[in-house]
Amino acid sequence: MEEDVQKTLLEIADDELILGWRDSEWTGIAPFLEEDVAFSSIAQNEIGHARALYELAARDLDTTADELAFDRSPEEYRCSRLVELRLLDWERTIARHYLYENADAKRLEQLKQSDDSEIAGLAAKIDREEAYHRIHAQMWFDRLKDEARFTAALEELRPLVDADRTEHGPELTELWEEMTMVRRSQPAGTKW
Amino acid sequence: MIYEIFRQERKGQPFQHAGSLDAPDRAFAETYAKEFYGRRGESEALWVIPRESILEIEEFVDELNRNYHRVDGYSLKEKLKEARARAASAKGAGALSADEG
Repeated sequence: MEEDVQKTLLEIADDELILGWRDSEWTGIAPFLEEDVAFSSIAQNEIGHARALYELAARDLDTTADELAFDRSPEEYRCSRLVELRLLDWERTIARHYLYENADAKRLEQLKQSDDSEIAGLAAKIDREEAYHRIHAQMWFDRLKDEARFTAALEELRPLVDADRTEHGPELTELWEEMTMVRRSQPAGTKW
Repeated sequence: MIYEIFRQERKGQPFQHAGSLDAPDRAFAETYAKEFYGRRGESEALWVIPRESILEIEEFVDELNRNYHRVDGYSLKEKLKEARARAASAKGAGALSADEG
């Protein structure tokens, strides 16, 4: 696998893992029950996508998906600043969801053209689930597009879509510590 | 707004009530219905209906108890029982019989 392909795979995997984690923080506290179910389902999909991407990258890097997902230090992650933010209000959460899904669609479209049939195949499979995510994001956008808080949130977050992926904030470190806490506490040699 | 969801298990089968959900508008209702009842390919089709569109009928005109229009409206068993009861009481009352008297 070429280096830049590998780099892209890790970027997407990191994005999906971190965004999946952030989205799952809304389980139980989303605006209303039906949305709670839909958003949790989306979060679960994202973790699933991350796992599949890590598996693919891990084979080439002679490691495992778990090690890639959890054993790097925060600085080594290549997720975007957009996904690592801890957002406690719904308007920015849903604005992020909308921005991310649109950017991700373009990225997946490119991957689907890959010469590597496994990558292209995985991208196609992921894209089918992402179709639901896009419908969901568009639905919220159509409903909120005239709301000042929502449009302000979109404008605030838009610059982060293409921000430098090597620069991370303290939120990612906090997230990483919470995410890997159990794994790091596992005494050496024990097996799950 | 509450929406009632009906799902069709297989082509040609009747739609059956599957549940309800709360959604602010039709677009949300459609997305949620697909999410809850269609993500795993479990339904051939769905009907998503605002509850207020449903005309519910619970009271019916109480027609005659045994409506002879209906297949089950004419109970032979009952009629025989009545006939036997009439015959018994007629006999008991000393009604005419060619053999007696």
